[in-house]
Amino acid sequence: MTLQDKYRELTDAAKQYGVTGLQAREQDGVLYIDGESPAGTVKDALWKIYEKLDPDFRSGDLVMNINVSGLASGSKAKVVTQTSNLNIRKGPGTDQPIVGKAAHHEIVTLISKSSDQWWLIRTDDGEEGYAYAQYLSPEP
Amino acid sequence: MPVVSVAFIMFTINGCGVKDSTIKAAIAEQSKTMTDMSALNFDVQKGVVTITGECKDEATKAMVENSVKSIKGVTSVVNNTTVTPPPAPAPVVITADDPLTIAVTDAIKAYTGVSATVQDGVITLTGEIKKADLPKLMMSLNSLKPKKISNQLTIK
Repeated sequence: MTLQDKYRELTDAAKQYGVTGLQAREQDGVLYIDGESPAGTVKDALWKIYEKLDPDFRSGDLVMNINVSGLASGSKAKVVTQTSNLNIRKGPGTDQPIVGKAAHHEIVTLISKSSDQWWLIRTDDGEEGYAYAQYLSPEP
Repeated sequence: MPVVSVAFIMFTINGCGVKDSTIKAAIAEQSKTMTDMSALNFDVQKGVVTITGECKDEATKAMVENSVKSIKGVTSVVNNTTVTPPPAPAPVVITADDPLTIAVTDAIKAYTGVSATVQDGVITLTGEIKKADLPKLMMSLNSLKPKKISNQLTIK
């Protein structure tokens, strides 16, 4: 069974859910699925399928990079750390000095996406800087 | 407009069928409204239309052929068009080890007990993780454009 077949359910679902710029490329025994998802819920649904097809992500034969699109400047995001505050840094990287903090579950404003990992944000208190995108969940 | 064209073609029928020049004119008329046709060449010899050129896909190739067949006076169609092969997908871009290592270090920071190494684009995960945290960690690592992720974590 080829990798395309193994993960067919995933690529079919991505098409069905309206993932744009969808690409599924196989290279050196790894399948790379890239695309832009219209919503965070679609990304989560695709990851559920990935986990089902490859329990605990053990096979190391898929790299799935589905980003959530439509995060415009000025949109709101919630801080989704487990319990702690989220560091706001001067630049995009954990080696950058901390210039502020956003509280757990605080709503912040997105200014721009420096990369998929680091977003420039502003808090309601006016603190501005880069935060790690993994801890920010777009608010509907 | 189509009614007028049909009437025009009907009137030009002579003893041995429709004139080639009339067929050509009808094709030219159709090409005006069908952009897929305008890039093709049509040669008409005694009612036989030979089509050459490139179509973007098989469906277009068939559609153009059917559309020409429907022209009055066309006895047969030789479809010599070729279908343009889709462009080869761009190769997958893998993040270089140095920026990848920095990004991986950032990504695993929040997960105590997880260690990672990066070698030739391959992220190898060792240590242990809670099952509930695993998808979240994998999501952030997958977005870093690694070559692959070798998950050797013990799941608690």
